Amino acid sequence: MYRYDEFDRTLVEERVAQFRDQVSRRLSGELSEDEFKPLRLMNGVYLQLHAYMLRVAIPYGTLSSRQMRRLAHVARRYDRGYGHFTTRQNIQYNWPSLAELPDLLMDLADVEMHAIQTSGNCIRNVTADHFAGAAADEIEDPRIYAEIVRQWSSLHPEFSFLPRKFKIAVTGAPSDRAAIAVHDIGLRMVRNDAGEIGFEVMVGGGQGRTPMIAKTVRAFLPKQYLLSYLEAILRVYNQFGRRDNMFKARIKILVHEIGIEKFSGLVEEEWEQVRDELVDLPPGELERIRAYFRPPPFDPLPDVDQGFEAAKTATPAFAAWARSNLFPHRQPGYAIVNLSLKPVGGVPGDVSAEQMDAIADLADQYSFGEIRVTHEQNLILPHVRQEDLFALWQALEAQGLATANIGLVSDIIACPGMDYCALATARSIPVAQRISTRFAETERAHDIGDLKIKISGCINSCGHHHVGHIGILGVDKKGEEFYQITLGGDASEHAAIGGLIGPAFASDEVVDAVETIVETYLANRINGEHFLDTYRRVGPSPFKEKLYAAH
Amino acid sequence: MNAQVVTANRLADGQVVYFTSQGGWSETIADGAVAHDKDSATALLLRAERAVAEQVVVEPYLIQVTHKDDGDILPVRYREAIRALGPSVRPDIVTDRSGRSITTHFGNS
Repeated sequence: MYRYDEFDRTLVEERVAQFRDQVSRRLSGELSEDEFKPLRLMNGVYLQLHAYMLRVAIPYGTLSSRQMRRLAHVARRYDRGYGHFTTRQNIQYNWPSLAELPDLLMDLADVEMHAIQTSGNCIRNVTADHFAGAAADEIEDPRIYAEIVRQWSSLHPEFSFLPRKFKIAVTGAPSDRAAIAVHDIGLRMVRNDAGEIGFEVMVGGGQGRTPMIAKTVRAFLPKQYLLSYLEAILRVYNQFGRRDNMFKARIKILVHEIGIEKFSGLVEEEWEQVRDELVDLPPGELERIRAYFRPPPFDPLPDVDQGFEAAKTATPAFAAWARSNLFPHRQPGYAIVNLSLKPVGGVPGDVSAEQMDAIADLADQYSFGEIRVTHEQNLILPHVRQEDLFALWQALEAQGLATANIGLVSDIIACPGMDYCALATARSIPVAQRISTRFAETERAHDIGDLKIKISGCINSCGHHHVGHIGILGVDKKGEEFYQITLGGDASEHAAIGGLIGPAFASDEVVDAVETIVETYLANRINGEHFLDTYRRVGPSPFKEKLYAAH
Repeated sequence: MNAQVVTANRLADGQVVYFTSQGGWSETIADGAVAHDKDSATALLLRAERAVAEQVVVEPYLIQVTHKDDGDILPVRYREAIRALGPSVRPDIVTDRSGRSITTHFGNS
């Protein structure tokens, strides 16, 4: 894992000291709320419905066990005993007091964590494939480049006041688990015809009120030019992005308005200038950062562990968990383990301090002390021996972290919604709870198969509903909660924006509507198709007919 | 028109509070001073806004409330009910000192 150097450490500690001074001046009245608000937002502090909320950055979703223990400490000492993992691989605390926030941030700084650039119109926390460094289908570990982008973008003076916020995601594998097509910039590692590794650079994706799939601005960028090329894109955006209308300020609108050819031309033109400005890393620096992400000391093991196979045969519940929650590891004899933060009827992404401590212990025992956060609000132990899986499963069961539902109907993304968020128009979490309760039966969920339900409590789309196979958007209709449903969205390498299926459903109708959609899929499914395959083959009509037949 | 009370978030800890008839702030909506017409609502908000300059609260505003038969007060809009009673998904976290849970407003759905 990346470790802070003296510059990182000094920068974070100075920022905490500055914020301590700002908080004290706010509490004494020297600063008004209007003066203080941009300062607190630069440190990840929002004022939500019930209290202040702190968003802590988890760069590219990688955490050490030591950091996880500190997150547990923060939950206990400064919050109400829990935290919430978000769709941006961050963690949010819902109840810190303003007066205590500087101490909280200092406790985080001790373990190389902070909340810088988790808010505001700057380059936000860089996200990456949560299987990075472990995935069997990976070309190269994307975190090396995510870390380089993080260092380049941290307090970058030219890009601290962009027209709007800016999100970059990186994947090193052809399977897109980082939703790169709905980011301002998506980077996908690819090989060219000569076998060299570089990036396909995609620009202008995003969700919100104007959802768009990113367009490829360059099919192959030699990787040594990553930073100069990003600098060129950001410069074009900074110059031409709209500042007159907040709703048209994201780079997706610029790309859409001038067209990808013209945008691409502007970037290439700028790049010719930037390339000579020594923005790119010298090769030695790249290798220095690469060294932080060296694989852990794996043991040579056979491809298949016989004990693991026997345990699956003996224990059907373990077999079901293994089927949905394990993914192939690049190293023989190891597996990638998903910890479900979606227990039946639970709050997606919420973890108690006790669970955090237990996860840290299990990471130390079974996964070289390493933990990942997924944008789908689950956690991962990336490097577990197959022979340890049964013991790990039992330990996870005891903590309520072994629901066998990864990628299935009850593995729902839900934003905090009206239960916490000041921007929300309706609640999201209770809808997720009711759907996961309706589909609680493991066998039924496994029979339904891959199905991604994503719920947002307002059009800002933090719950990624536009790219849910079934997307649910909460709206307020004359003081009542209603839910619009979209079908056919996809966040993978086949990214698509879902289409609205019809009029919104009342809160007490929405779970039945989801079940109707699932039943319609099952009735139309052939040859073990996934939900999306069936939907793409038959189109929206059969779903529409069933959903609105009674109306 | 509906009855109204003034709500805000407390500066120091962000907690939801209501302006009381004694000129203080309470975490319990039942303690809130109720205005029954437009003029008294405007006057109530003006009084409450002094607390902004005194670093007690942030952004006070008026909300509509209804009186229950038992004399209790509940917000009309569900957003304000959630602010008054805590997240509907965490009945263990009740922000209202009177001990009511959010199901008071939403039932058990």
